[in-house]
This record gives sequence, C-alpha cells and structure tokens, in this order.
Amino acid sequence: MSQQERREAVVRGMLDAEGPVAVPVELHADAVRRGARMLRRRTVVRRLMWLLLLIAVVAFAVWAAQAQPWVEPPSSRTPPLTSW
Amino acid sequence: MRDRQAAQQARRAREFQAFVAGAAGRLLHAATLLTGERPDANPRARALLTAALASTYASWDRLRGEDPYDRTRTVLVVRFARGAWRRSRGRGGLLARLSPQERLVVVLRLYEGVAEEQTAALLGLGVERVRVLSARAVAAVLHPPRGPAPGVSGVSAALGGPSGASLGKGASP
Repeated sequence: MSQQERREAVVRGMLDAEGPVAVPVELHADAVRRGARMLRRRTVVRRLMWLLLLIAVVAFAVWAAQAQPWVEPPSSRTPPLTSW
Repeated sequence: MRDRQAAQQARRAREFQAFVAGAAGRLLHAATLLTGERPDANPRARALLTAALASTYASWDRLRGEDPYDRTRTVLVVRFARGAWRRSRGRGGLLARLSPQERLVVVLRLYEGVAEEQTAALLGLGVERVRVLSARAVAAVLHPPRGPAPGVSGVSAALGGPSGASLGKGASP
C-alpha cells in the first residue's frame, strides 16, 4: 500500500465516520411532487407536438388535393403552325 | 388503458419509495459533503438531492435496468458541477475548505468509490487532473492549514476560512 493510498484510506474513514445523515421526512414527498410535475409537463408537450404534426399533415393533404401539383399545367402557348 | 396507467403509477410510487428509503441517507450525505455543509444543517444539500430524486422519479419507467442510485448520483454531481451550487462556500462541513472541484473528486473517488477514469469522464477532466485534485484534497483534509488566532476570525470569515463557518452560520438563510 503506497503512502497516497494510506492517506486516502484515512480520509475515507473520516468521511464514513461522519454519517449517517438524517433524512427529513418531507424529502420523499417533495421529490415525488416535483417528479410528477415534470412527467405531466412532458406529457403535455408530447401531446402538443403530436397535435402539431397532425395539423401539418392534414393541411398538406388538403393543399395537395386542391392544387394537385403532380398534374402538368396546360401549355399556355399554342405550338407554331408549320404546315396545313 | 386508464387501469393500466393507474397500475403503472402505483408500481412506480411503490418502487420509488423503497428506493428512497434505502438510498436517501447515503445520497444526502454525499450531497452534504459536496455543498460543504454540516450534517445537521444542510438545506442546500437537501434541495440538491430533492431535484436529483425528482429527475429520477420522472424517468423511472424508462430506466431499463439502469441503476437508479447511479443515475441519481450522476444527476446530483452534474447539477452541482454546472449549477449555482458551486458558487456557495462551504459552511462548516468536513470538506468546507476545499474547492468545489476538489469536493467533487473526493466524494466520487473516495466516498463513492468511483474509478478514476469514470470520475474524469463524469467531470469532463483528464485522469491526470483528477489524480492531482485528489492528492491535493487529501492533503488539505489531513493537514488543514493552521487556523487564525481567535481575534482575527472576522478576516477568516471573509476568506472562507475554517473558523468562518461558525460565524457564517448565523447569517445563513
């Protein structure tokens, strides 16, 4: 065991000797309350994102059905007349 | 659907309560060492642990075999390292005189027994730097610099010296 390891072991002993620390009873309830709030908030954000995605899909579908961008637009100019 | 949700919630609450009952004491001691507070007056450590536990609770259903203790400890350490907590000086605890970084290394390496490489990765430091910090911290704990004479303890409070803790206690919220 090196000198440094011995010194570390002494400090470890000092740290362990200090405990245990009394845990206040309300700590668990506080953590659960905050954790549940975080979960609720995440759920709301997730639902909003899905809603947004749904709205975007519907809007795109309506626009596509109406504009039909895949149909070639009719030619606006008559081809030149070359022969009878 | 609603039944399944309720059952999942009940299971999560039960498991989380068992986890807190078993682990909170040790985690709170680690947090108290980090904030440099005394074990019987540790509001900062409690706030820090409450935040870390809340985060663990929120991700309880997605742990997938990950150890909740490790996860909570990681959140605790990262929050302390990044947050405003480290700006606070110690208040009379065993590690109060160390810098926040030295406290982080001591708690992870010595109190929690995390390997040097993992400690370095978690803190974003090099292994060599962790070794240096650890050696310096051990020296500071074992051989505290001589405290000032009682007459000049006001100066030591301003400098965050060891006897400043007993003075600062009255002013702490």
